[in-house]
Amino acid sequence: MSQREEIIGRIREALRLVAQSPGHRDAPDKNRPIGASPRDWLPSVPSDSESQIEAFARCSADLKTRFIQVNSLAEASAQVNKIGRAEGWNLVASHRAPILEEALSNIGLPVLYIENTNADPERADVGITGCDALVAQTGSILLTARSAGGRALSVLPPHHLVIARESQVIADLPAAFELLREIYGDNFPSFMTLITGPSRTGDIERIVVLGAHGPKTLTVILVKNH
Amino acid sequence: MPSIFAKQFKERSTKLSADLQHRFWIQKSLKGYEKNREEKRNRFQNWEAARQSAAETKWEAVNHLDQYLIEFTDKIGARGTKLFWASTAREAREYILNLAQEKNARTIIKSKTMTSEEIHLNEALAGAGYEVIESDLGEFIVQLRREVPYHLVFPAMHLTRGEISHLFHEKLGSAETDSPEELTMIVRRKMRAQYCKADIGISGANFAIAETGMISITENEGNARLTTALPKVHVALLGIEKVLPKLNDLALFLPMLATAGAGQQITAYNSFIGGPRQSDEVDGPEEFHIVLLDNRRTELLADPEQRDALHCIRCGACLNVCPIFRNVGGQSYGTTYQGPIGSVITPHLRGLQDWKHLSSASSLCGACTEVCPVKIDLHHHLLHNRRNAAALESGRWERRAFRVFAFLVNRQALFSGVTMICRFFQSFHRLISGTKADPLRAWTATREVPMIAPQSFREYWKSRQK
Repeated sequence: MSQREEIIGRIREALRLVAQSPGHRDAPDKNRPIGASPRDWLPSVPSDSESQIEAFARCSADLKTRFIQVNSLAEASAQVNKIGRAEGWNLVASHRAPILEEALSNIGLPVLYIENTNADPERADVGITGCDALVAQTGSILLTARSAGGRALSVLPPHHLVIARESQVIADLPAAFELLREIYGDNFPSFMTLITGPSRTGDIERIVVLGAHGPKTLTVILVKNH
Repeated sequence: MPSIFAKQFKERSTKLSADLQHRFWIQKSLKGYEKNREEKRNRFQNWEAARQSAAETKWEAVNHLDQYLIEFTDKIGARGTKLFWASTAREAREYILNLAQEKNARTIIKSKTMTSEEIHLNEALAGAGYEVIESDLGEFIVQLRREVPYHLVFPAMHLTRGEISHLFHEKLGSAETDSPEELTMIVRRKMRAQYCKADIGISGANFAIAETGMISITENEGNARLTTALPKVHVALLGIEKVLPKLNDLALFLPMLATAGAGQQITAYNSFIGGPRQSDEVDGPEEFHIVLLDNRRTELLADPEQRDALHCIRCGACLNVCPIFRNVGGQSYGTTYQGPIGSVITPHLRGLQDWKHLSSASSLCGACTEVCPVKIDLHHHLLHNRRNAAALESGRWERRAFRVFAFLVNRQALFSGVTMICRFFQSFHRLISGTKADPLRAWTATREVPMIAPQSFREYWKSRQK
């Protein structure tokens, strides 16, 4: 008998006795879920897109994510250049995506494309990526190996900069998982992640330090009307 | 006869609970957590309904575990993941050791996984000559100190920055500093080189999604992302109980884990991994292995009364509120999983006879049950374990003592007489209470014996009637 059959067999044997349902000690129906979706008890999110962007901005401020709103891709490009000058970048790492092409068109710095063989984003000062969505409820960025140039680009360089379109702002976490299904069907990328704020740790005296292993700085540039 | 583990627990907890500085330190570090947890919990429209829903989802998963495990392994296996089912800790260790040998590995980097603590993986790998590095900051600190984690979420919460600085100075040769930021950067720099050098990355998983065949890893530091992105081989080690039915279930579980565990709305990185690097992807490991560990979880599963202990998402909330944990500290338990959840499951995972003492390491206040985000009936399970342990014992002396007591209380005159004698002797006992001469020292060394009332209720009633 294979190991798998052995363990599955033990599980089936164990499950022959039925366990009481959760919350059976509570007063009857006191805490029964009231709706059919977690949306009814998760933190609430406004429904119009303008307020959702505001909500995302509020979460970003809490988490020390730099959130910048611009009106065009040209403006986004100007912002990228400005931040690059301020931080003294020497090398930019990025991936091939339509939204990034224009934003990086006049950056005036060498750009390392992750699709090139032997590209090592470790040497770069910043990783610039696209994403799948921005989640207003939590201030999270949803990205995948396909939408953001693989696994390492968004975590290895000390600064992660995301360029997103206004239409990519979504309300909440249930919407994020629905969106993944819509975009990828059953053919999911091997890696997907929800990024919420820069890398952080509280392992020393529970004091928050940013940039534990991943990016110390996280910037989101939202291109409106796009 | 108490087991050696019971003796160790008693010794360590007696020592640490008298250490007021330690107690002060632990209370202090949990204060910020309590405030944040309250604040984040209040953002939920209905936290209690969320708990009930999470408990029902976990109930569904655990009570149909065979179905969901098959779905999970079929889905993730179809995308090129290699699966290994391990019945015991030894089988899991041997699989990973063989893999390391097969890959000619030298360096192995790990992100935080309590399951690997459970199977003592680091000792096995180090013993076979591999360099094993914990990349999570807290885990790295306790690894350097050759200690076990103090807390399943905050492994180094018992240490001050001074102690950590001293440790780094001694072991890594870094300059002493009292800045947590500098200390963190020392480890960041050290780890950077290791991620690229490592041949194998080992992680755990917080959830396994049956519907889509993915594991979900929750972390704040980014070390798990690097551990699962850079080395050529990624091994994820997870207990069979980690399964959730649907991808959408994460919409509830991710914020609940973060809120209950660390007082965050959501943890910084929640990554979903569904295979090794695919043909259209630019990076990622060439091989992805999943080791599914039973290690007596099926025994706990076979106990329908305590089956819900397998709902645990290892958030650590029950430790943080437990008056016992806060006084005796996480390392006194001698278990992989500390606090109330550890006291409930360790007797199942390692044997009731040796670990039954943990069921008494509880004030039965129920704070753990109240905070548990998946509604595990923790303090009742401690009582269940006590009952099960009592059934193992002959309990001859205890039964005799109660028989004597019953004899006395059923004979009024005799009872008053004995009470009077005790009252007389108690005034002398006070002189030696708690000293070496005291025959009741086991009790009185750390407690006070309440004085017998100068007048019993019966006597008082009589005097009133006159």
